Amino acid sequence: MPIAVHIKENPAGFHRFESVWTPTALVLDENGKERHRIEGYLPKDEFAAQLTLGLARVAFMQKKWADAEKLYDEILTKYPKSEAAPEAVYWKAVSHYKNTNDHTVLGEVPKTLQQKYPNSVWAKKAIPWAA
Amino acid sequence: MAVSWKKDVDAALNEAKTQHKPVLVDFSAAPA
Repeated sequence: MPIAVHIKENPAGFHRFESVWTPTALVLDENGKERHRIEGYLPKDEFAAQLTLGLARVAFMQKKWADAEKLYDEILTKYPKSEAAPEAVYWKAVSHYKNTNDHTVLGEVPKTLQQKYPNSVWAKKAIPWAA
Repeated sequence: MAVSWKKDVDAALNEAKTQHKPVLVDFSAAPA
């Protein structure tokens, strides 16, 4: 459900969501709860990857673990070089764990992130999972 | 594929709730 809010045409709508800069894009769940915020311009593929992160987060927060895992995997398939990719590696594994209770998937994450995205903050976040 | 952007925020949020769909809100200051 795409909604466009122009700062001059709808300043109330701008402030309603505490938007402080343009461009800003929000992903909300079906109840209007904010799940992801993108502030500032991004190239097409980076933006698409961030939008998918948002949709994955919506599914995750609804405890639709399999749907979330699928969306995180979509980021890794379509946008493996995006800034969203290392975050997707992390949350894909968490989604899988939530869905299956198989913790071994988490143990693979530090290695994957160190190999593919060594400078990402997500590589640091996964350090405690290293076997 | 053209996106059919909605401008009535409350109406769109109600529609999203009814249809169980997530929402993308795009804030812009660019000239129309």
